Amino acid sequence: MKILVTVKRVPDPETSIKVKPDGTGIVTDNIKWVVNPFDEIGVEEALRIKEKVAGSEVVLVSIGDKVAQEQLRTGLAMGADRAILVLADDLDPLGVARVLAKLVDDEKPDLIIMGKQAIDDDSNAVGQMLAELLGWPQGTFASQIELSDDQKSASVTREVDGGLETLSFPLPGVITADLRLNEPRYASLPGIMKARKKELKEIPVADLGVDVTPRVTITKMEPPPSREAGKIVASVEELVNLLHTEAKVI
Amino acid sequence: MAADLFSTPEHQLFRDTVRKFVEEELAPRAREFDEQGHFDKSLYKKMGALGMLGLKYDPRWGGAGLDWSYTAIMFEEIARGDNAGVTMGISVHTDMATPSLHAFGSDELRTRFLIPAIEGATVSAIAVTEPDAGSDVAAAKTRAVRDGDTWVINGSKMYITNAATADWLCLLAVTDPEAGYGGFSQIIVPTDTPGFSYQLLDKIGNRGSDTGLLFFEDVRVPVANTIGDIGRGFQQQMMQFQDERLVACLSANAGAERLWEVTKKYCEERVVFGKPLSKMQVTQFKFVEMLTQITAARELAYECVRRRLRGEDATMDISMAKLFTGRMTRYVADECIQLHGGFGYMRESAAGRAFVDTRLISIGGGADEVMIQYVARMLGF
Repeated sequence: MKILVTVKRVPDPETSIKVKPDGTGIVTDNIKWVVNPFDEIGVEEALRIKEKVAGSEVVLVSIGDKVAQEQLRTGLAMGADRAILVLADDLDPLGVARVLAKLVDDEKPDLIIMGKQAIDDDSNAVGQMLAELLGWPQGTFASQIELSDDQKSASVTREVDGGLETLSFPLPGVITADLRLNEPRYASLPGIMKARKKELKEIPVADLGVDVTPRVTITKMEPPPSREAGKIVASVEELVNLLHTEAKVI
Repeated sequence: MAADLFSTPEHQLFRDTVRKFVEEELAPRAREFDEQGHFDKSLYKKMGALGMLGLKYDPRWGGAGLDWSYTAIMFEEIARGDNAGVTMGISVHTDMATPSLHAFGSDELRTRFLIPAIEGATVSAIAVTEPDAGSDVAAAKTRAVRDGDTWVINGSKMYITNAATADWLCLLAVTDPEAGYGGFSQIIVPTDTPGFSYQLLDKIGNRGSDTGLLFFEDVRVPVANTIGDIGRGFQQQMMQFQDERLVACLSANAGAERLWEVTKKYCEERVVFGKPLSKMQVTQFKFVEMLTQITAARELAYECVRRRLRGEDATMDISMAKLFTGRMTRYVADECIQLHGGFGYMRESAAGRAFVDTRLISIGGGADEVMIQYVARMLGF
């Protein structure tokens, strides 16, 4: 079966993020960039399916700057078969979903796996929008995925409030990966070397003929308020008093 | 970082892979390995699966066929696992006990011993040093006497890393006492051979690896276990030593850099007399002095790597690099303990452990004095 997996380039979650003074975005100098951790889980899940279902193909897609090649190379080194990079400036979730829908028309995958959200803007929207645009069933926040023996349908377990929910639906479909779906492998050295020869196709977004005019614009970004220094109090009375009058928590 | 050495996306991907392995499998257990006196043999299998154990070796034997730049990346990252003993155990296996086998071993020996070693299914040790023959390798007395198609080995080897873990040894033995430097041979000895035994030694540092005294009492192995030609063991071993020294430099430099970072973070958080230690000029001076030394050592080691990449002889540079790195790491560990204060004197602190671990760099793989002697000879004194 053919599985399409998204791979977004995002700042390393361990990087300390600074907002630009004019509030138009974040400072990108000296940031380490990685594969969106939820997408990485998606790649791992696709590779596990490929290992079970003979003749499967895993195709990675990224949308962004040319440098997103690095993240696609990481996915190829993990074991994906080929990659597509759509060259585009920042798109909003609907723009991304439309680009992906167009690629699905061309690639005709049996399954799309993507991270439930990207950790940079946390929109958590593209998977749902893509399913709607395609008219496909969706299983979001998957913590477990099982395919039927004939790979014609999928059952997706989701962690919901107070328990687990299991959905079953026919394929093709869209599944978004949650944190506990799996633990992604590291790229092995042989995998890294093999990835050099794998196809990485670049497509300018204009060539796809998709309307990506943004409907959402970011008006301003600001850092969270910085924490103030603590205070040492002399007595319990003073502490209780301050909790009451200053912190107003009791 | 030396952009010319680590220029391709593959270099970066490999560094990421080793870093993740170290962060998940080695660093969180650094103190546990010290306490148990060795690290888990199963980690070799994981490293083998990731392709880490045969970087420079021919793909015919399961290696990756890559150049020295990848070895540099691997040991720089492993050194960030905060356990010099683990680094030593791994490097003995990949770059000290197996290079001769790869370069000179028969196809049969390489099939039987090198392939499983690169897979991580077996672990190797290098048995050269003896109670009365350390840096003066030619004084080694362990004797292999030929009995038909069999070597009969008697003697002992001292300070051998991976003593308990190893499945086989690359042993340097005297095969012709009359032939001087032409009287040694390198012989593979499986550690389950009758007559072989070991006794573990209690080291002050590098406690994450098992080091021992090995005994050979009528140990019989086939003459076919000889690596390369009989009588060429000393020369082959001298070549094998070069790799060992460069790996020691690369990992020790990265370890010093890591300790510098850890200590800087500590000094930024530790408040003394109302302000962080790092805001005091006397502290800042120390950090700048240390980083200058670390950078100088690293660049010298990188120059050795470049020479290796160009296929040039690097003996003189490697000897100087090892001399310099040994002293630098001791100085950095000492300063970092001082900056940590009382906490630095605890085994819990990376500085405290580095203080005893780094002391070995100036001794192992040829002592400082031997490095100086080599260079003096090469300069024509």
